[in-house]
Amino acid sequence: MKKDTSHINSLENEAIYIMREVAAQFEKPVLLFSGGKDSITLVRLAVKAFYPAKVPFPLMHIDTGHNFPETIEFRDRLVKELGLELIVRNVQDSIDQGKVKEESGRYASRNQLQTTTLLDAIEEFKFDACIGGARRDEEKARAKERIFSVRDDFGQWDEKNQRPELFDMLNGEIELGQNVRVFPISNWTELDVWSYIEKENIEIPSIYFAHKRKVFLRDGMIWSAEDGIVYRDDNEEVLEKMVRFRTVGDMSCTAAVLSDAVSISKVVEEIRDSTISERGARIDDKRSEAAMEKRKQQGYF
Amino acid sequence: MEVLKIATAGSVDDGKSTLIGRILYDTKSLTTDKLEAIEKTSKQRGYDYLDFSLATDGLVAEREQGITIDVAHIYFSTKKKSYIIADTPGHVEYTRNMVTGASTSQASIILIDARKGVIEQTNRHFFINNLLRIKDVVVAINKMDLVDYSEEVYNKIKADFSELMSKRDYQDQKITFIPVSALKGDNVVNKSDAMPWYEGEALLQHLEDLDKSDIFNVGTPRFPVQYVVRPKTEDFHDFRGYAGKVYGGNLSVGDDIIVLPSKTRSKIKDIYFYDEKYETASRRSSVTITLENDINVSRGDMIVKENDLPTIDKQFTANICWMDSKQLTPGTKYVVQHGVNKVLAKVDRINHKINPDYSGIEKDVTGLGVNDIASVTFKLNKPIFYDQFKNHRTNGSFILIDAQNNNTVGAGFIQ
Repeated sequence: MKKDTSHINSLENEAIYIMREVAAQFEKPVLLFSGGKDSITLVRLAVKAFYPAKVPFPLMHIDTGHNFPETIEFRDRLVKELGLELIVRNVQDSIDQGKVKEESGRYASRNQLQTTTLLDAIEEFKFDACIGGARRDEEKARAKERIFSVRDDFGQWDEKNQRPELFDMLNGEIELGQNVRVFPISNWTELDVWSYIEKENIEIPSIYFAHKRKVFLRDGMIWSAEDGIVYRDDNEEVLEKMVRFRTVGDMSCTAAVLSDAVSISKVVEEIRDSTISERGARIDDKRSEAAMEKRKQQGYF
Repeated sequence: MEVLKIATAGSVDDGKSTLIGRILYDTKSLTTDKLEAIEKTSKQRGYDYLDFSLATDGLVAEREQGITIDVAHIYFSTKKKSYIIADTPGHVEYTRNMVTGASTSQASIILIDARKGVIEQTNRHFFINNLLRIKDVVVAINKMDLVDYSEEVYNKIKADFSELMSKRDYQDQKITFIPVSALKGDNVVNKSDAMPWYEGEALLQHLEDLDKSDIFNVGTPRFPVQYVVRPKTEDFHDFRGYAGKVYGGNLSVGDDIIVLPSKTRSKIKDIYFYDEKYETASRRSSVTITLENDINVSRGDMIVKENDLPTIDKQFTANICWMDSKQLTPGTKYVVQHGVNKVLAKVDRINHKINPDYSGIEKDVTGLGVNDIASVTFKLNKPIFYDQFKNHRTNGSFILIDAQNNNTVGAGFIQ
């Protein structure tokens, strides 16, 4: 039985309303694009919100240098097809400038380093609103996030002093130097995003679908053994498995899941029956129970 | 079915987070990894049951103190509906969060501890639910397991609560009493065998059965213009569309409309949703409208049907919920955000303070403190186009912004 999609329509209407508020209330908005399904969904919503006019803000990708190659190819094709403006800023540059230090060891990841590059880029372009694809169902700290979330000069999130959001009214008033993180798909769940991708027939990178990949196992999770980005001990054996990725972040913190879902409808089915949460495959959240809250206070997206 | 948003209200230790955790558990909405984390922490703390409140209390301070500080949003779905629960804190000082959570909800759950019965807090919770005109309210009498599932206790609380109901302003609010034990799972998702005397539905069943007409108010259509779409491309050279969300009722192609404040008349030419044209835009849809005449419309203007004008005025009186530690005093200026429209406002007078425990009003008030609810008259620097809150939830509400620090400092419901 196909589920009634009218609740997705109401989520879509809400998100389009938020996109338009951003364009109207801010001078220099930007859409933070990671190449993942959530930010691809945001692009679709932005295109629909302003049709027949063009999307009135650029996309920005904070490239960790550890992205899946499929994601980058996809990104470049998407902006070309839709005629969008794309800004790329590299974590490697922040490392070269000595602003951040590369982590080392088994669990080394560039995920945390992104924050510095992001904050620098916000300052460079004087962005006053950054649209992101975070959802409240992802994680406990994100469940408390506002749709318009004010960040201070240091990009920090003051979780105990958030502006109340009433009815549909979004208060985007800020002082110079502050910026607002905007989350149009706050109220969507992972399944909602996938159902929307299916309904709208949105193209997504191939790594979201089941494919053969060289992987190795660690801590009960499946890691990509291709491209040499993820640190692997010699005794960690390389296997070939049918896998797909549920989230597409930095390769070094994104684990794969076993899957034979080769189409969107199969993926939707798989997620509906899944008993593991989406971020269960994100090692960055496993560092401590409050991992996300801490990163958000520091300005993480 | 649209997403059903539910606000929850209860005092500290009434078991609100446990109730939500129980709903998630019994609807199999908790994933294995989340469940394992709850099991692990419950065990570490030496509990002999699963502490479901761990599923919702997200901030470090909350887990440390074992209380809920900020509104958390929790998502789950059944075969029939998708739900969002706004888990709002029960402390007196956090009334603002409760008003916030309730403002976007169409149904609400008020929790009462069966051992304590109706307490002062219950009055407040019900008052706010009634003030915000939530159409469907469930009074969940929790911890029934601790009073031996007693029908007498249930009836006593029901009778006490009914006395409150007689004082409410919004009489059409539908109220349903359900005896539950969140800890044991009685009457939450599944009907309980422990209370055969209770003939009603379990909590979730009640929510599942709510129909659109049970939760939404139908009013007159209002279309506040959010954004003017001007593509200036070859294909759409002269296109001038007005983007916005339709509130209250439907708008259709051919409708005779008036644009406020200019009061220019026109007709709806086309209704776009992305690249598709529609005959009718239904309430809460985000569309782009074009008009027959080339007239000047900008953000903050409102398109309404010709025979259905709102009040157009430079002053209004409203019940407001004050949310800031800095007092509201007569003569002070604020920014009123009414929908997408912003105007400057001055507090003309505080008419009276309302005691949210239904004990009456206080006159001769010189200022409002945080969490005060009061009737206040404002004067504006230019007219806004409003309806009374009781007739139009969206067009009858506004927020107050402190022009000095840009914070949202109050919410208002126009009388």
